[in-house]
Amino acid sequence: MRLQAAGVKLGYGERIVVDGLDLGIEAGTATTIIGPNGCGKSTLLRALGRLLKPQGGEVLLDGKRIDKIPTREVAKILGVLPQAPIAPEGLTVADLVARGRHPHQTWYRQWSSDDEGAVTEALDMTGLADLAERPLDELSGGQRQRAWISMALAQGTDLLLLDEPTTFLDLAHQVEVLELVRHLHRQAGRTVVMVLHDLNLAARYADRLVAMRGGRVISSGTPHEVLTEELLGEVFELDAKVIEDPVAGTPLVVPIGPRTRPAGPAA
Amino acid sequence: MSATAVAPRIRGVRHRRLTVLFALLAAVLVAVVLSVTVGSKSVPLADAWHALTAPTGTENDIVIRALRVPRTVLGVLAGVALGVAGALMQGHTRNPLADPGLLGVTQGAAFAMVSSIILLGVSSLLGYIWFGLAGALVASVAVFALGMTGGKGSPTPVTLALAGTAVSAFLYALTSAIVLLDEQAMDVFRFWQAGSIAARGADVVWQVLPFILAGLVLAAVNAPGLNALSLGEDVARSLGQNIPVTRAVGVAAVTLLSGASVAACGSLAFVGLIVPHMTRPLSGTDHRWLLPYSGLVGAALLLVADVVGRVVAPPGELEVGVVLALLGAPFFVALVRRRKPVRL
Repeated sequence: MRLQAAGVKLGYGERIVVDGLDLGIEAGTATTIIGPNGCGKSTLLRALGRLLKPQGGEVLLDGKRIDKIPTREVAKILGVLPQAPIAPEGLTVADLVARGRHPHQTWYRQWSSDDEGAVTEALDMTGLADLAERPLDELSGGQRQRAWISMALAQGTDLLLLDEPTTFLDLAHQVEVLELVRHLHRQAGRTVVMVLHDLNLAARYADRLVAMRGGRVISSGTPHEVLTEELLGEVFELDAKVIEDPVAGTPLVVPIGPRTRPAGPAA
Repeated sequence: MSATAVAPRIRGVRHRRLTVLFALLAAVLVAVVLSVTVGSKSVPLADAWHALTAPTGTENDIVIRALRVPRTVLGVLAGVALGVAGALMQGHTRNPLADPGLLGVTQGAAFAMVSSIILLGVSSLLGYIWFGLAGALVASVAVFALGMTGGKGSPTPVTLALAGTAVSAFLYALTSAIVLLDEQAMDVFRFWQAGSIAARGADVVWQVLPFILAGLVLAAVNAPGLNALSLGEDVARSLGQNIPVTRAVGVAAVTLLSGASVAACGSLAFVGLIVPHMTRPLSGTDHRWLLPYSGLVGAALLLVADVVGRVVAPPGELEVGVVLALLGAPFFVALVRRRKPVRL
């Protein structure tokens, strides 16, 4: 088990979002967490990436408590890309990607050939070498997201946590970003955990799905096991047909409408 | 461009940055020469060299060694300190309008100075400056502590700015009350408030030097962490940066740098506001370059403004703080209008 949440209690101050949740992430898997807005999936991802300290329970990285490992050491193993990250104006793609090398640098040795190699490779892998000198704010949404992923790649971690990497992107760019993530997972053997909103893309690009509601894991397993008509009703309060994706063979959700409750009008 | 072209590009950038660094060093050198030679009594360059290397007690030797050199050294120190402090402050608060005064150092120094006059009867320049320094440090620690009470251990830029504004307003009210009641305090205060590097001897330079050097060391340590922080706290944490430590080191550096310069030279916080804006087009967003460049630009700017103040109104002089505000304000407006305001 690469990454594990054991009985974690998560929240912001008084407001508890997740209470007593267990989740394990196997090495080399691509896991996607799905669930309705406010179900705690981003909160869980932040806790797995030690961006949020659990109020109870613990997060284990390779069997050790993540808060007991020096944060810089964690940064060499695990990279987190938060939702809609910010960058100072005028920052170029190459400079952003170079900042991914931060955990490998000391203040007296700021740039090494390792850094140079990692940055070059990350730019290449994301197809951004041609745009390396362009300021981030001049790029399209898809290119910008690839630049951020590129920064996380330059960090050189084999565990990647991505919080809604496709937000604000059109469908073509969503597919482009997810193809890149799949490549990182399959070719380079990285362990990936993502939060996604699009269930059909989640089913296609993940080999494990975790469905959450109200801070609890309702179901987890392969996309076929998790994405059932029954679960969609329970988790999303959605009436839907689940058919086979004619392209990938994964489950495809076709919504019918909000769940029709047998007793009385919907709340 | 293929993958292999990225490496030479990075080296090319590095080369250009070193070139800019040397150009800025040259600019500071020119400003130093002007500051040593130009004034109500103009000294030829040869005489200045003579005074520095083999003084024989001529009038020029005395002017240079006793007045111009300490004044110039103090100008360089204060300019470097305020330039670096301003860049740190804007970086930590992500606010392009932040200046080092935001931590309450200016009002802290002012309040401590005037209090020392009325309560303890301090009357020497060195005495005021010690109290000013202490006041700046205490005010900044108070702001940091107040900023921390809002939340989860580490003050955020917003809580720091709010606490800084509140503490500054409170101290300013106290200072105003004191100087209205005490004529001697009023006299010290109004000259200090104008901002000047004149009439301070070598002893003042030695007094503030250790604080400024310590501040510069902390600033250098802080630069890479600030680069990570500029990508947001979550990304910085993900990159292995300890946020509370980074913030605390940054605040300590700003406090030492701006506290020392403000105590010795009066309120020149405007330098800290304007210099990073002048510097960013040269350095880009990388604090490892923005900080040293800002220091050099700050030194050149302060010295040139001081020299201008010596020659515009003969036989009198205009305080450097006044010149900076007069020249700087229109310049700042032009800068902001020409380039769209920077988002940090």
